[in-house]
Amino acid sequence: MGLDTEDLSKSFALPTRMETFMAWGRKNSLWPMPYGTACCGIELMSVMGPKYDLARFGAEVVRFSPRQADLLLVAGTITEKMAPVIVQIYEQMLEPKYVLSMGACASSGGFYRAYHVLQGVDKILPVDVYVPGCPPTPEAVLDGVMALQKMIEDVRPRPWKERWTRPSFLAGE
Amino acid sequence: MIMSNTTNSEIKTSSLGERSIELNPSELFEFCKNLKESEGYDFLMDICGVDYPDREKRFESVYHFYNSKNKNRLRVKVPVGEGESVPTLIPLWKGANWFEREAFDMFGIHYEGHPYLKRLLTHHEFQGHPLRKDYDADQQQHLSQSLPIHFQDEKPHDPDSNLVPLNLGPSHPATHGTLRVMCELDGEKIARANVEIGYLHRCFEKMAETHPYNQVIPYTDRLNYCSAPLNNVAYCRTVEKLLKVEVPPKAQALRVVLCEFSRVIDHIVCMGAGAVDLGALTGFFHLFTYREMVYGLFEKLCGARLTVALTRVGGMAQDPPEGWYKDALDVCKKIEKGISEFETLLIGSKIFMERTCDVGKITTEEAIQWGYTGPLLRSTGLAQDVRKDEPYYGYDQLDFSIPVGSIGDLYDRYLVRIEEMKQSLKIIRQVLKNIPEGDYTIRDKDIVLPEKKDVYGNIEGLMNHFMLVIHGLRPDPGEVYVPTEGANGELGFYLVSDGSGHPYRLKVRPPCFAIYQSFPSQIQGGLVADVISILGTMNVIAGELDR
Ligand code: SF4
Repeated sequence: MGLDTEDLSKSFALPTRMETFMAWGRKNSLWPMPYGTACCGIELMSVMGPKYDLARFGAEVVRFSPRQADLLLVAGTITEKMAPVIVQIYEQMLEPKYVLSMGACASSGGFYRAYHVLQGVDKILPVDVYVPGCPPTPEAVLDGVMALQKMIEDVRPRPWKERWTRPSFLAGE
Repeated sequence: MIMSNTTNSEIKTSSLGERSIELNPSELFEFCKNLKESEGYDFLMDICGVDYPDREKRFESVYHFYNSKNKNRLRVKVPVGEGESVPTLIPLWKGANWFEREAFDMFGIHYEGHPYLKRLLTHHEFQGHPLRKDYDADQQQHLSQSLPIHFQDEKPHDPDSNLVPLNLGPSHPATHGTLRVMCELDGEKIARANVEIGYLHRCFEKMAETHPYNQVIPYTDRLNYCSAPLNNVAYCRTVEKLLKVEVPPKAQALRVVLCEFSRVIDHIVCMGAGAVDLGALTGFFHLFTYREMVYGLFEKLCGARLTVALTRVGGMAQDPPEGWYKDALDVCKKIEKGISEFETLLIGSKIFMERTCDVGKITTEEAIQWGYTGPLLRSTGLAQDVRKDEPYYGYDQLDFSIPVGSIGDLYDRYLVRIEEMKQSLKIIRQVLKNIPEGDYTIRDKDIVLPEKKDVYGNIEGLMNHFMLVIHGLRPDPGEVYVPTEGANGELGFYLVSDGSGHPYRLKVRPPCFAIYQSFPSQIQGGLVADVISILGTMNVIAGELDR
């Protein structure tokens, strides 16, 4: 777990410990906002459903309001028409926030090299974890969530997130 | 014979047995009026465009009509040059609206008299018409800003009025997909409503034009992804008709089993998710357990759960593994029990009845006007089903019935779906009990890839494999429209071949497209709460709606 509770009870003055403590809490209480647009969204239902049960990883509080979520689960094809919407939703989420891209479409456009499909959500959002598959099996999605948890636990730097700016083709602020 | 007084053209029957007629734009309206009023063609199933850049009149606006009494179908083709227009058919069939808008969006065909001829699937900043042959498949165009709330009468929302604007979606938990509903509320009542679609427009039809026939199959999986095998079968039937081949009895039987399982899980998703929207979360968890079982069966067949691509042109991809039939029968038994539990849980519940009885009613006539098919049409009392009316794969030999409702409200829709699931299980049992012996696919070397052992084991197999991969499967030039009973209604594929290795034009007639266009008029005047319950029963699958 990376957190020595015994040690912590003796001293509260270690800043690195606090960081670890926070990371431990964050990792185990991700609140996902499921952004299921297509077939991957259906498989995401299975991830939440009775058999695979995302709740076992502390991520069962599904929030459909971006203000209350810290993990954006992009599950499905993002079209050009959808792009401004998803950026707006991402901007509404509070820090710290993470993005998991589920499936080939969200990661790269998948086999839709087509006139109305965005070629990967990482063109417009800072993606932390990519889960391959079309659709990924629920096991793979759970694996992706665990990879994200590990990333949070280790407080790994996320340069893609630091460098992220709103895509220039979008109107507004 | 048909109406000599409205046109001089004649109806021709193709070698594939399909009847079609070519008309001038000026003759179209009168001809269709006569068709509807005197000839009994009550359904306008589909309208689409086709682009032939080399012809003098570049486009063709193609209509598919259906006569539900004598089960006849007729295709009407109207050549249109660039800059010319075709009269709209909205005065005859309300359902023409979106189909014409789509043809305008994709090809730029102009429909005279259409009240709202705007882009439907692509975004509003899109330039050009993507299904024209000179538009590159991978030429993307970004959108800078979504449209604000807008309505079809083009009057903007007036902030000084007492009406409250309400926007649902395209990312809303209760729309189950990328649908956007815009309303103006007068208290709890809906004063004006509109929908915007296209948020999941993945260019299926363009992709189909740029891929070999067999490679289109995985794309069809992703149309109605809740019942992927049904789409596979519907598409393969279309290509097979064009190729004039019949798949072996075993493949037919397997396809029936898969189709009916798909129908069951599709209804499960529709009802489970619909129940969640009404606050019945248990129904969702309960039903999804059974859906997982069916996914387990699919996984055993091919390794994938959702996007299975199980069929091939000419048959199936492979034989089921040992013991699969028995597993399937077991699953049938479990689902049967699950359905009856669900029935007790929900259908008898007073709260549920209050929310659904007498809500969202529609008459048969109106449903036909819009182009409803499938469970929603049947819930109004009309027993129309492609499996009975134009039977394929031995459906006429099977013992099953078509459940119908009485008044077409939401409650009827649930009842019809539940009964249909039971009938599907009945079909599966009958078929599984005597699966025919024999091969799972035809063995024509110009259509089906040889088996792996032949490809690796002998030179002939290797050559056949090479030839088919390089040369592709090439049907003769021609065109077909093949309807299949999807889970939501008539799933039709219109395929035009020019003799090359990929479809020249492939148009899907998605059942929920016709249904969903009636949604704004269905919810207008009703309560906000009913918006969600009505939407839930329509089972709008964005993948199929937007393609
Ligand atoms: S990755 Fe595959 S399953 Fe997922 S949305 Fe794309 S096409 Fe559908």
